[in-house]
Amino acid sequence: MLHIENLHVNVGDKPILKGINLQINPGEIHAIMGPNGSGKSTLAHILSGKSGYSVAAGSISYNHADLAEMTPEIRAREGVFLAFQYPVEIPGVSNIYLLKAALNAIRQHRGLAEVDAMDFLTLVKNKVRILEMDEKFLYRAVNEGFSGGEKKRNEILQMAILEPKLCILDETDSGLDIDALKIVADGVNSLRSPERAFVMITHYQRLLDYIKPDFVHVLAHGRIVKSGGPELALELEEKGYSWVEAA
Amino acid sequence: MNKQSTNFYTADFQTQAVHLPGFDQAWLVKIRADSASAFSEYGFPSPRAEEWRYTNISALEKKRFSPCTEKSHAKIDSAWLHSAQLSDAWSLVFIDGHFSAELSLLEQLPSSVSIMSMADALSTCPERVLAHFSQAVNFREHGFIAFNDAWFTDGLFMHIPVKLKLEKPVQLLHIMTRADAIATTRNLIILDEMAEAQLIETFIGLDNAYLTATVNELFIESNAKLSWYKVQSESDKAYHFGGSYIKQGADATFTHHNFAFGGLMARSDIHCDLDRGSACELNGLYLGSKRQHIDNHTRINHLKPHASSRELYKGVLDDRARGVFQGRVVVAENAQNTDSQMNNRNLLLSNEAEADTKPQLEIYADDVKCGHGVTVGQLDEQSIFYLQSRCIDEISARNMLTFAFANEMINKIKRKNLHDKVLELLLARFPQEGIEKNWL
Repeated sequence: MLHIENLHVNVGDKPILKGINLQINPGEIHAIMGPNGSGKSTLAHILSGKSGYSVAAGSISYNHADLAEMTPEIRAREGVFLAFQYPVEIPGVSNIYLLKAALNAIRQHRGLAEVDAMDFLTLVKNKVRILEMDEKFLYRAVNEGFSGGEKKRNEILQMAILEPKLCILDETDSGLDIDALKIVADGVNSLRSPERAFVMITHYQRLLDYIKPDFVHVLAHGRIVKSGGPELALELEEKGYSWVEAA
Repeated sequence: MNKQSTNFYTADFQTQAVHLPGFDQAWLVKIRADSASAFSEYGFPSPRAEEWRYTNISALEKKRFSPCTEKSHAKIDSAWLHSAQLSDAWSLVFIDGHFSAELSLLEQLPSSVSIMSMADALSTCPERVLAHFSQAVNFREHGFIAFNDAWFTDGLFMHIPVKLKLEKPVQLLHIMTRADAIATTRNLIILDEMAEAQLIETFIGLDNAYLTATVNELFIESNAKLSWYKVQSESDKAYHFGGSYIKQGADATFTHHNFAFGGLMARSDIHCDLDRGSACELNGLYLGSKRQHIDNHTRINHLKPHASSRELYKGVLDDRARGVFQGRVVVAENAQNTDSQMNNRNLLLSNEAEADTKPQLEIYADDVKCGHGVTVGQLDEQSIFYLQSRCIDEISARNMLTFAFANEMINKIKRKNLHDKVLELLLARFPQEGIEKNWL
């Protein structure tokens, strides 16, 4: 599904990613771990199309198309979803308005008619219940005045409704207490399917207790320095990053 | 000052004055004469005056507009009238500054309420006009007031007695049909103690150059409540001056919603004098595009203790438009426990648009809670990317954010019918791609 080959990314003149290779297949969950400044968030941003980064070398192929050629909205409509580390507040645009606009943009992209108003409401309310959110959130402005946990839950709600193929979770566990973390993790687990892949970017092992990865990669100084199974995360927790950074 | 401009108007004042309402009232004749001579001396306001420094009206001074001393017989297109006239309100329609009984809707007014044209009031009960006229503002304020004092042709006289709550709003619908003319209405609104009313002031005009110079004097006695909506959709060649001067009694409440959308050059003045425990809320939204110049000037005088004021003005400026906000809050020495907040936020959509904003706090009391904030900026790139990452294309994302910025002010309109009409006006002004009206 996602094939990253020798990817070099710069911010200005400064190289941040220095030759990333990664293969992600449908149904897989990959955790990308690493210390601060290792390039984790840059990887999330370059996949979602945020401006300010330039690809100096290498390629990103998504379902056999060149991802770098697509605008952020086309990537999103093609099924790439980024759950933000810091979800943005959008005053004046209600949650439900954005959800509907986003879902219809995807449907239009696929040549489908607009979603029926009643079907949409049923779908949204159902997902809201699963994520243990208050329905009132739907009618509030996107993320405005939400607590950290509410914002992260809202990201997962969007993900649940848009049903992406490739979900990128950027530090989704940061700023969450254990109850919120469990709810978010349950939400993610309920979305696991053989057609859908996840990339979880995280600093800590904690999230991986709740969402079991198939693969763990350690990013340091812009390179993947070690890859392994879930046991690698536990080892990192025990020994710290210096152990692999030195390797 | 442009002397040729003032001479042009004052030369005919004596002959015009006998056609103006209240010409048989010595007190009004004197006010008009004093005002005409003040106008002759000072003319329209100059940018040298601090409160006019961002608004240069020399373009207006080059025009030679004629006062509409005679009633107009223009036929009003009914679709156009209905697009602006509210069906769920009593309405007084003014054509070129003159009351039109035929087009107005005034059936079933409560009998204790006085709502009539200013011309009628001056002929049937001039003493009631005299009791309040020129008490909230007078010709010394500036040239537009002097001009209005001297030349006003009609307007509304409204008096709501003690404890009466008007169940429907009253709309003042100003329609301008004549080219190169001036509409000068003077409105006097008095709410006795504990009375409640809502007023809606709407300005529309044919696609001509003209000047509207309207003045409202509002007296809200203690514990009374008045909500005022101003919807200014003048022609894009028009000049507009609209001033509201409000005297609030103890514990009186005044809420103003100012939608400044039209006009080539438009200026609005709102001055509130607050007595003990009273509250005023001033909301504004101004939209400028092409070469529009929209100026909003507010002054809130906290004269007595325990009064509160809230102010939020938002501007969206595109092309080469210029928006001005001058907000002044004055807290008198004995006005302890004043609670005041003033905010002005401007969104610039083009590199050539300009916002001039000047909040001023003058505090002479020592135990007060006063704040102000101002922003001038462009759309937030983070927000645009966030929406793009949620499948929205960039142009739609920009439109959505711009619309959301402005819509906050429209959502403050409580009456559905009026809300929908103002929303239509907003949507007509901006690209609608990405905005799904039927979801709003």
